[in-house]
Amino acid sequence: MKKIAALVIAVCVILLSFFLSGFEGYEYADLSLRAEYSKEYEGTSLTVYNWGEYISDGTEDSLDVNKEFEKLTGIKINYLTFESNETMYSQVKNGGVNYDIVIPSDYMIQRLLKEDMLREIDTSALSNYDLIADDYKNIYFDPENKYTVPYNVGMVGVIYNGAHIKDIEHSWSVLWDKKYKDMVLNFNNPRDAFMTAQILKGYDLNSENKAEWDSAAKLLKKGKPNLQAYVMDEVYGKMETGEASIAPYYAGDYLTMVETNPDLKFFYPEEGTNIFVDSVCILKNSKNYEAALMYINFLLEPQIATANAEYIGYASPNTAVIENENYCYYQNEILYPNEEDMPKVQYYHNIDDEIRRYYENLWIDVKLD
Amino acid sequence: MKKKSFGNRFVASPYIVWSVIFIVVPLVIMLYFALTDTNGVFTLENLANIGKYKKAFGISILYAAVATVITLLLAYPMAYFMTKLKISSQRMLMLIVMLPMWMNFLIRTYSWITILANTGLINTFLQKLGLSPVKLMYTPGAVILGMVYDFIPYMILPIYSVMSKLDKSLLEAAEDLGSNSLTKFRRVILPLTRPGIISGITMVFVPSVSTFYISQKLGGNKTMLVGDAIEYLFNLGPDYYNVASAISLILMILILICLFVMNRFSDDEDGGVII
Repeated sequence: MKKIAALVIAVCVILLSFFLSGFEGYEYADLSLRAEYSKEYEGTSLTVYNWGEYISDGTEDSLDVNKEFEKLTGIKINYLTFESNETMYSQVKNGGVNYDIVIPSDYMIQRLLKEDMLREIDTSALSNYDLIADDYKNIYFDPENKYTVPYNVGMVGVIYNGAHIKDIEHSWSVLWDKKYKDMVLNFNNPRDAFMTAQILKGYDLNSENKAEWDSAAKLLKKGKPNLQAYVMDEVYGKMETGEASIAPYYAGDYLTMVETNPDLKFFYPEEGTNIFVDSVCILKNSKNYEAALMYINFLLEPQIATANAEYIGYASPNTAVIENENYCYYQNEILYPNEEDMPKVQYYHNIDDEIRRYYENLWIDVKLD
Repeated sequence: MKKKSFGNRFVASPYIVWSVIFIVVPLVIMLYFALTDTNGVFTLENLANIGKYKKAFGISILYAAVATVITLLLAYPMAYFMTKLKISSQRMLMLIVMLPMWMNFLIRTYSWITILANTGLINTFLQKLGLSPVKLMYTPGAVILGMVYDFIPYMILPIYSVMSKLDKSLLEAAEDLGSNSLTKFRRVILPLTRPGIISGITMVFVPSVSTFYISQKLGGNKTMLVGDAIEYLFNLGPDYYNVASAISLILMILILICLFVMNRFSDDEDGGVII
């Protein structure tokens, strides 16, 4: 009898904790929208494929973009996420799912276009398209703005711990400086790790000259004894706790880290850095083109774009966000540097397969060294 | 020889089907990838290019060997000590040895980070005492420690199981015949527990030499063990499946050679030998 009672209590506790955590209802926000949204496509569905943690999803009292859109239009959103442009590519190319909308980065968009996988976006049908800042139009991968709508912008910079380091040279060379032995992190992916060495050497990030890749690899090998670790997501824990003191990472993520550890500081290296733009695209085999346009227009809504920009922490290409005084990163000098503080930037381009394999193998050499 | 009944075969069939699908077929696929290029044409190039990874093989074998020796030195006296206790205490100690194995090894490895890190438990404690912090993480020592911690139960268990079956009368006989304790250990206990030692060494060395993750988390991703190289190459995508399979194949052959050599030592008698 006692055992049964214990079992019943255990089941109750488990159920209760479910209710307290998962089933908490979402309260819809009061939307003030610029465009009109009809229920014309009610009952249809859209499959959206985006980076992880890359949309305001209702957690921590934020606005749930997908739920709001579903309520507004009756279109069902299947929302799926990826961890890298490469995973996205192989899923879209070979996966069984029929995706409508994808939000990859610049160089991957270039590849999708080269392989004729994207459908033209009729921007005249997007009443909110005029909100996109001119700086983010006509970018190299889509010079005529025919296939993409910019979603987020980011740059790589160097994060350091002000409590450990008082004065720091604003240069990539700090990653190689013996003063900071065992305090430095670097990216654990070839393209970004090579970027730090390439820029220091003054090379083009999209170089097709193998000798330049060789010499960048040599520089990375030289810096290895100085390094504490190669990391990706672990950078958060290591920088927030003060385990490491210097790490190159994305500016938007620095803003998340500094909330936990106010000692953290940030700079853009004077040699320049990498900039990326993630843009919304419609795939050629999308079966719900009109609904996809409606979704993109909804993402551009000032209120929605601001919610996303605040949730994600990256810079927005949307003027309604940039000029909104209530936006939590309004005039943030890291996300939106003045013209004179703006670093020299280079985009990644889609690199020829042979060169890509060449540098991937060099990266293995660096790791094996 | 007894003929196997239909019933016997029927009972065994789920596992046979399982092992064909999940052991034999993957091995064949690995062999296929190792011996072909990206277009599926037969080639020995993948195996010929393995030289690039010789440092990874070297470090893996070295680390695994050191870890195996340390676990043996820790586990043998531990197992001996356990057999001397009363049965209930033996059970209790056994539980303590087994307990960490009920947790996922990734979590066990991760917990070492909070202990060894520059801002971890040990260094915080040292700083509280006014001592300067020591670099514990991101070193070969940390990687080997991780291996020892993760795999030590596999050394204790087989040694303990052989040792607890040791016939006490043989030890008494040795004493009666005038052996001192060193001779008794060297001539009686050690030879009789050898099957347990051999099996323990195999069960620690094999997973250590092919391990990954431990070196990534505790070694800072800077030294690539063979397991890390294989994992990394598979993650790079289909272009690298062939090379990764070739490395896996070589690693498997090396492990089989080790097992073969170890089995030579084990007298082919009873006891805890696994393979």
